[in-house]
Amino acid sequence: MVIVLGIESTAHTFGVGLVRDEAPYIISDVRENYLPEKGGIHPREAALFFMDRAPQAIAKALKSSSLSIESINAIAVALGPGLGPCLRVGATIARALATYFNKPLVPVNHAVAHIEIGKLVTNAKDPLVVYLSGGNTLIAALISGRYRIFGETLDIALGNFMDTFVREVGLAPPYVVNGVHQLDRCAEKGRKILNLPYVVKGQDVSFSGLLTAALRMYREGRADLEDICYTVREIAYSAIVEVAERGLAHTGKNEVLVVGGVAASKYLREKFELMTKSRNCELYVVPPKYAVDNGVMIAWTGLLNLKHGITIEPEEAYVKQRWRLDQVDIPWSK
Amino acid sequence: MIYPGLNKLGKVIYVGAEAILILGEFLDIKSIYKIRLPKPYRDPNLDLLVRSSRTKSEARIILLARSVGINVPAILLVDVDLALIIMEYIEGQLLRDLLNNLNHEIACKLIHNVGAQVAKMHKAGIVHGDLTTSNMIYSNGKVYIIDFGLAKMSNALEDRGVDIHLFLRSLESVHFNIKDLLFKCFIEGYEKILGSKAKEEVLAKVREIRLRGRYVEERRLRREELP
Repeated sequence: MVIVLGIESTAHTFGVGLVRDEAPYIISDVRENYLPEKGGIHPREAALFFMDRAPQAIAKALKSSSLSIESINAIAVALGPGLGPCLRVGATIARALATYFNKPLVPVNHAVAHIEIGKLVTNAKDPLVVYLSGGNTLIAALISGRYRIFGETLDIALGNFMDTFVREVGLAPPYVVNGVHQLDRCAEKGRKILNLPYVVKGQDVSFSGLLTAALRMYREGRADLEDICYTVREIAYSAIVEVAERGLAHTGKNEVLVVGGVAASKYLREKFELMTKSRNCELYVVPPKYAVDNGVMIAWTGLLNLKHGITIEPEEAYVKQRWRLDQVDIPWSK
Repeated sequence: MIYPGLNKLGKVIYVGAEAILILGEFLDIKSIYKIRLPKPYRDPNLDLLVRSSRTKSEARIILLARSVGINVPAILLVDVDLALIIMEYIEGQLLRDLLNNLNHEIACKLIHNVGAQVAKMHKAGIVHGDLTTSNMIYSNGKVYIIDFGLAKMSNALEDRGVDIHLFLRSLESVHFNIKDLLFKCFIEGYEKILGSKAKEEVLAKVREIRLRGRYVEERRLRREELP
């Protein structure tokens, strides 16, 4: 049996996961979430928070599984993409653990990890991947050894867009209440479609124009906030589903896997259900627990990497803030 | 829904993610019905807005292209509420299928003409958005440019560069044996209309675009190349 410890620290979550290569795979899952009192993530503050919580989190993960660090086969760490100060905390700890306990160090791409944990928990086999989070909005599929990107945002990510909008109109923080984003909540009372820009360029989406126009409409008091929320939600989600549909037509895949923190929205899910049904495709949505950042996904992808001989020397394990999904070789694809 | 003149014929010849193409007869002219179908996942009002505005924009661009001398199908009818464009059916061969079987001199002449047409299009402020040899039809000695579904009005060098880059990539993927010759012919035709300064600018942009990873790797995986 192979056991891997994984460390996630790309943004607001310091996560430690333990996985093994036999069912039920997931052994331990500890998460420490940095919650800013106001505004968005402050990278330095998040990093300080991680430094404070990291030792206990690692100890807790080991203790809850009754494993000693000696019985672990490798240390995996998310080296990117993410916020530099946050990434460096996880990377430093992982390098230290690997060196001190003489374990192989496994580099993991955070985006690949979101997809691989999604495949593990949903049983999707060869899906078109729709990755939606605070920092990422892209449509990808595994073709010839890499996740190829078929469409993405040309400016801001869907999650970033939603958070910024609700913050600027005074609905947040908190951004998510009882698992429902403030945008979805506010949109529930809206009915009217207003004149705001719906931008799909080929297979790409763009949200910055919609954000500016929606905020201007709100500030000028030209419409009810509920209707603005409704229009914004309808436009943003529909544009994503539309480019996903193009991706399906393009790649000929017959599964869709929605991963990342924004996957939790039931309204987005409804739209995906309607689209996939009309094309006779299967829809898989990663459950919220594993859709958000966590250490388990890093450990799991680390395990896959380890089995295909992908390790890194600690002195070479630099963080990569802009490590694109399509730069990573996926040896387990064939 | 009832589409004008579609009761007689009606063979679906292409189903895309956004629209379907039906071969029909309109005013006794063999015609293509391009219909943007409703999407069940969009709010019905939003859906109508999106489909009608795209239909309007596509029809306008085709008309403008025709008025500046580009070979495009004649538009016979536009119904914005139905998101329908009826246009002349161009009977001929896709340039994609034809090019590899022509002798180099004739192929060069055709592509030279394509270059000139694209330059005229850019001069008029139109970018095509999906400029490949699959979207060109050879008919009665002329090359027609079709499918303006992704076209837009833009004078941005970036957008023009993407047009030419897409065309170059279609040469590389389907006509790899003669790609260098054909691209040279294309650029000569382009230069003839827009001059050497515009040519150099757009070529520099194309080089820049090609150096951005995303256009080099994954985006060359078009329909025909997927495993």
